[in-house]
Amino acid sequence: MNKRKAQSLFRRFLPVGVVLIIVLALSHHDPHRGRAVAGAAGGYLVEMMKILPAVVLLMGLIDVWVPKALIQRYLGQEAGWRGVLLALAFGTAPTGPLYIAFPIASGLLQKGARLSNVVIFLGTWAAAKIPQVMVEAKFLGLSFALLRLVLTLGAILAMGYLMEAFGKVKVPTKGVEEE
Amino acid sequence: MTIFIYLLTGGAFFYSLYRDREKSKRALRVGARVFLGMLPSILLVVGLVGLVMGLLPPEVISYYIGPGTGFAGTLVAALAGAVTLIPSIVSFPLAASLVSLGASIGTIAAFITTLTMVGIVTAPIEIKELGLRFTLWRNGLSFLAAILIALTMGVVLI
Repeated sequence: MNKRKAQSLFRRFLPVGVVLIIVLALSHHDPHRGRAVAGAAGGYLVEMMKILPAVVLLMGLIDVWVPKALIQRYLGQEAGWRGVLLALAFGTAPTGPLYIAFPIASGLLQKGARLSNVVIFLGTWAAAKIPQVMVEAKFLGLSFALLRLVLTLGAILAMGYLMEAFGKVKVPTKGVEEE
Repeated sequence: MTIFIYLLTGGAFFYSLYRDREKSKRALRVGARVFLGMLPSILLVVGLVGLVMGLLPPEVISYYIGPGTGFAGTLVAALAGAVTLIPSIVSFPLAASLVSLGASIGTIAAFITTLTMVGIVTAPIEIKELGLRFTLWRNGLSFLAAILIALTMGVVLI
């Protein structure tokens, strides 16, 4: 392992280390409380590890079968209701945090995709990914997850049209070759 | 729910194997990479859940984000979600532990919704790619939506 890799690993695990030290110090100071903390943390770790293998494999499968290049190709072309449905459907598929989607969204707009569809795509990517909804249902209940999903989708559709109608949004243009 | 997730993923994986062995291998590798990428945040959140559950008395939690706090509690939770940068999947156990300690449904819904949709930390990337106006509008409307969603959920789910 080279030095830079070690440094980035250290940085990523630093917050965990800090929390661990706090827990250890606490257990030393007050064993009773320390046990309560460790018990609660351990319980949630087990719950998490029970579902994560399936969740990340599902993410991997979606990533492989619905590649981002495919999304980019279709979403740039389709308009009307088909465009809206496609934006919703494609938003539920990708893996990865929202900031990965910003360059994709920018590329879509430059290729002539409708602003509302791109906003809808970003919103669904952020809030309505399938594996995410399943984990939410497990921890917070099916009715919580589904109700939040339905309300969020409604809000995302409204946002798309509001931004298109009132936003006067101009997206920075850049060379297509830059992608 | 766990069984359902495994059935769905298992079914999808076997179908994928049947269709294309190479792609399925790649899916496994992508999954492993996603898992390793999430690991630091998972451990961090698990540690925080432990500290919250083991140390904070339920009265404190319900004082700040409990059912009695109304709009102010929802606003606090929404702001917390907007500035936090952890994968949403990892945030659900934390949210569940807060609910079990007396946080209201509305505040938790507000936290999760802004966590996923509003990004203060990632705003510079968004501005660079999509411009300032776009970023302000999208995040502003998302924040507003989160509050409305939270208030609705607080009324519907008790």
